[in-house]
Amino acid sequence: MSHAIEIRDLARTYRSKRPPRSGGPATVVALDGVSLDVRPGELFGLLGPNGAGKTTLIKVLVTLLLPSSGSARVAGLDVVADARRVRELITMVSGGETSGYGLLTVREQLWMFAQFYGIPGRRARARIDELLEVVGLGEEGDRRVSALSSGMRQKMNLVRGLVPDPEILFLDEPTVGLDVGAAREIRAYIKRWIGEKPNRTILLTTHYMAEADDLCDRVAIIYKGRIIACDTPAALRRRSARGSRFVLTTDPLDPGARLGDLPGVVGTEMRTADGRSELELQLADDGAISGVVRALSEGDRKIYSLQKLEPSLEDVFVEIVGRRMEEADEPPSG
Amino acid sequence: MSAGPARAEPVAPRAGDPQAARGFRRALRATLGRSYPRIIGSNRDKSWLFYDTVLPLLGTVSFVYVYKTFGAPERFLAYVIMGGATTAFWMNVMWSMAAQFYWDKQAGNLELYMVAPCGLLPILLGMSLGGLVATTLRAVVIVAAGSLLFGVSYAGGQIPALLLVFAVAMVALYGLGITFASVFLMWGREAWHMANTFMEPVFLLSGFYFPVRALGFWVGLGASLIPLTLALDAMRRLLFPGAHPALLPLAAEVGILAALAVGFAIAAWVSLRKMEMLARREARLSLRF
Repeated sequence: MSHAIEIRDLARTYRSKRPPRSGGPATVVALDGVSLDVRPGELFGLLGPNGAGKTTLIKVLVTLLLPSSGSARVAGLDVVADARRVRELITMVSGGETSGYGLLTVREQLWMFAQFYGIPGRRARARIDELLEVVGLGEEGDRRVSALSSGMRQKMNLVRGLVPDPEILFLDEPTVGLDVGAAREIRAYIKRWIGEKPNRTILLTTHYMAEADDLCDRVAIIYKGRIIACDTPAALRRRSARGSRFVLTTDPLDPGARLGDLPGVVGTEMRTADGRSELELQLADDGAISGVVRALSEGDRKIYSLQKLEPSLEDVFVEIVGRRMEEADEPPSG
Repeated sequence: MSAGPARAEPVAPRAGDPQAARGFRRALRATLGRSYPRIIGSNRDKSWLFYDTVLPLLGTVSFVYVYKTFGAPERFLAYVIMGGATTAFWMNVMWSMAAQFYWDKQAGNLELYMVAPCGLLPILLGMSLGGLVATTLRAVVIVAAGSLLFGVSYAGGQIPALLLVFAVAMVALYGLGITFASVFLMWGREAWHMANTFMEPVFLLSGFYFPVRALGFWVGLGASLIPLTLALDAMRRLLFPGAHPALLPLAAEVGILAALAVGFAIAAWVSLRKMEMLARREARLSLRF
C-alpha cells in the first residue's frame, strides 16, 4: 500500500434546501475535484474555514457518504465498492459528539462500541482500562456518561476511536468547543498515539491554524471544496510572499529616518513610545537585516531587541484566499 | 441530490472461510453489545414500572370493565389483558426500534454505527433482543397484575405450543420492525408520521381487545399481515381451548406466522441494504456534512 489515503478528482454536490426564490443555487458543490494523497504514518491535516468541505471529505472517506464523482481509496480499498472492509481498518471521532447512551457508565459505553468491532470482552476491557488511564479518565470509568463534562466526554470519544486500534484514525475537529487545557491534552494524546507505531495514520480536520501547525506533518488548505495548497506547515509558511519580517526596538529615531532606502528593505513601520522606537521591517530576504543593524550602529542607536516574525498559516491562507479564515466561513448548505 | 452511480458492495464471504467466521463472531458480539443498554436500562431506570406497566394496565382495565358491564365470559377479560400486554410489543417495535435510528441520528450514534464494521443488522438485532427481553418482562407484569386483579385463570396444558407461537410471532414482528427501521434510516421525520398512522389502526385490526374473527374472515385474514394478529388469535385459542372463535386452524396460523417470519427477515435484510446505500447517496446518515 503506497498511500494510506488516495483521492482522485473527488466531487460531491448536495441538493440545496433553500427555496429557489432565495436566489441560491439548486445544488451546492461541497467538494470540487479534490485530489490528495496521504502517506502511511502521516498525521495529515485538512485546514479550512467552516463550510469549506472538510467534513464532507471525511464523511466520504469513512463511507458515510457516496461521492458524486471521482474516487477515494482508504488503505488501498475503494470507499464505495469495499466499504465494509474499509470500516474494519478505520475509526472516526468528531468534535462535540454527544453519541452513546447517558445511562451507561464510561466503561460500559466503550465496551459496547468495542463489541461493534468484534473485540473479545476481556481484551476490550483491558484495553479500555489502559486507555482511560492514558487520557486521565481512569477514575471516571464507572461514572455515567451523562455526568461527564464536555472535555471528559471528548476524551472518552477519543478512547472509543482508539480501542479498536485502527490503521487510520479520522478526527473531525477533535478539539472544537473545548477549553484550552482540554484541547492541549487531546492534542498531546493524538501525538502520542501516532508516535507509538510507525504505520498509524491520522487525517485530522480543523479550522484552528495553531492546531494544524502544531500537530500535522503535512497540511492541505481546503476552500470552497478545492484544495488550494498542500505541503508541510514549514514549507507553506515559506511560500508566503511576505518575505522576511523583523521587529526591532532601538533608541528614538527621527520620523524622517530613511531606513527604507537601505538595500533589501521593502517597507518599514515605526512606532515611538516610552523613549524607544519599534520598527517593523519588511525585507526582501533575511540577509538584509545586517544592513539595517549596521546603519543603526553607525548612527549611534542602541538595539534593545530584534525578533524575526515567522509567517503563520493564517498569513498563507490570507494570501491565497484574500480573507482571514474566520471571514471565509460559509453558511451551512442545508 | 446529484450523485454518480454507486457500485454495489461485493457479496459477503462464503460460509466456512475464516473471514466469514470472524464476521459472524463480530456480528454476535455486536448484537449482544447493542442489547446491553436496553437490558441494563430497565435495571437502572425503574420508572418503567410505572410508565410501562401501571399506565398501560389502566387503559386495559377500562376495556375489562366494558366486558364486565355486559356480563361477558371470563375469557373476554383475559383477551383484553393479553391484548394490553401485547400492545407493549407493538409499541416497542415501532417506537423503540423502528424509530430508534431517528434518535440515533440526532445523537450522532447512527454515523458511528455505520462506520463500525459489523453493519447495521447486528445492531438492530441487538436492539430487538434487548427490547424483547425488557418488553417481555413488562408484558408478564401486565398479564400477572391484570389476571390477579380480576381473578382470570388460563388453561396451562399447552405451554410449549404457546411459547412456540410467541417465539415465531416475535421473529416476524421484529423482522417487520427492522424493515421499518430502514425506512426511518432514510426518511426520519417523515417516517415518524407513518409510525403514528400505524398505531391505532393496528390496535383495531389485530384484535388487541376482541377476537379478530369479529371483523369478518377476509378482513381478519388481511390483518394477518401484522404478525400480532395471528399470534394473539393462536395464543387465545391455546389458553381457552374449545371456547375461542379462532380465525384459522392452529397449524395454518403457525404456518402463516412462520412464513411471515421468513418473509420479514428477508425484507428486512434487503430493505436495510438498499436504504443504507440510498441514505449514503442522499446524505441522510448524519446531521453535519
